[in-house]
Amino acid sequence: MALIEDKILSVTELTREIKLSLENEYSSLWVEGEISNFKRHTSGHLYFSIKDTNASLRCVMWRGTAAYLQFEPEDGVKVRVFGDVTVYEKQGAYQLRANRIVPLGVGHLEIAFRKLKEKLAAEGLFAEDIKQALPRYPETVGVVTSPTGAAVRDIIVTLQRRWPAVRIVLAPVAVQGAGAAEQIAAAIEDFNRWGKADVLIVGRGGGSLEDLWPFNEEIVARAVYNSDVPVVSAVGHEVDFSICDFVADLRAPTPTAAAEAVVPDAAQVRAGIARAVKTMSVRMSEQVRRYREVVRGFTTHYGLRRIADVVFQKAQEIDDFERRLYNGIRAMASNRRGRVDRLTAQLTALSPARVLQRGYSMTRTYPGERIITNSGDVKPGTKIKTVLADGELLSTVEEIMPSVREETINEQVT
Amino acid sequence: MAPKKRMSFAEAVDRLESIVNQLDQGEVPLEESFILFEEGVELAKFCSAKLNEAEKKIEKLSKDGLGKLAAIPLETDDE
Repeated sequence: MALIEDKILSVTELTREIKLSLENEYSSLWVEGEISNFKRHTSGHLYFSIKDTNASLRCVMWRGTAAYLQFEPEDGVKVRVFGDVTVYEKQGAYQLRANRIVPLGVGHLEIAFRKLKEKLAAEGLFAEDIKQALPRYPETVGVVTSPTGAAVRDIIVTLQRRWPAVRIVLAPVAVQGAGAAEQIAAAIEDFNRWGKADVLIVGRGGGSLEDLWPFNEEIVARAVYNSDVPVVSAVGHEVDFSICDFVADLRAPTPTAAAEAVVPDAAQVRAGIARAVKTMSVRMSEQVRRYREVVRGFTTHYGLRRIADVVFQKAQEIDDFERRLYNGIRAMASNRRGRVDRLTAQLTALSPARVLQRGYSMTRTYPGERIITNSGDVKPGTKIKTVLADGELLSTVEEIMPSVREETINEQVT
Repeated sequence: MAPKKRMSFAEAVDRLESIVNQLDQGEVPLEESFILFEEGVELAKFCSAKLNEAEKKIEKLSKDGLGKLAAIPLETDDE
């Protein structure tokens, strides 16, 4: 009898044979299907099935492997799974132990991305030499992004913090899903027609490749390429590169970085202006000082009476220049604080008024108001006016005495 | 020597830089230097005032019925 003669196997034995056979035959393979019954167990292991029209295959992905998944699997997503068939003897069930899961849609997107990138690169859309320089001090920044979410907030906050005077004009668009690419492209074109934005920020925050996809579409690439207004692209996080990034005049790693690239830091610019004023003022006082030396040279060394008038006029000019320099600095000070205050103090120290405060005085003829630099300019009985820090004295010369050092007299011009 | 009324910030900074360079080279006669210096001070005042401005409001690029583009204030509770 067959029943007796045939070798009789225990369930365990048969199952083990099936296990050995299946596991040898069906290891390291790819299988394609649609995810269903996806469950992430609290242990971290993933349980799901993949199916097509006629069959279904149970799959498991252990926690350690699941940690390396690049996307969030969910029911209905077409995937390619790589793994080994294993048999669970206790239940007499076989399943696929998954080592990798690749979403098929994204696989297609990746291919489309590469193809478009190659095509546009060949056309020269990414060429460095066609990239436009960003304006140093933009007055109006156009922003093409979603009106909700972190990206728009990061951009606005950063722009206003760095450059409070900036005018921000937002073109609210969808940044993912159907129609987003068309909206983004249209907004870029609108800004170009409007003509008042000095620079554009185009972008969005992080997301999956599918979320970022509109920024990889040709219509967006063309709009960026055709934009006369410079475009800064900020799509996703540091690691995400989009076609839009390649075409843009500048690629920023994040929306915040885009805002930083677009406007200068007001504090730095303010410091630069203070430096400019300081340089100008220092150069001016140097020039006045040199000029005074020349005039002094004439009066002390040669005492050329013939040109005395010219010399006095020059001396008066110097006073006038110093007053203008001082007024200039003071005008600045009324508008500014901090650094400039120190600068003003420094320059004020050079001013005639401060010299007078140190106890020097300036003597002029009266009337006539010509600065007296030489004792020979007056004779007893001449009326003179002495200018002190807080007022003026009108006196009459009693006597002319020979000077100790001519230098001393000239010092009064200061 | 007040800067032109509609001068942009960028133009003002460029002009200021050029004045500083001219004065720095020290080849300009004194009288002219002062004219430049006074213009420079005015420009610096203009730039500082501009830096102290704060726009604060956000606008939205929008199209009217005829397709004409304009920037209108953005409502904070937008969408």
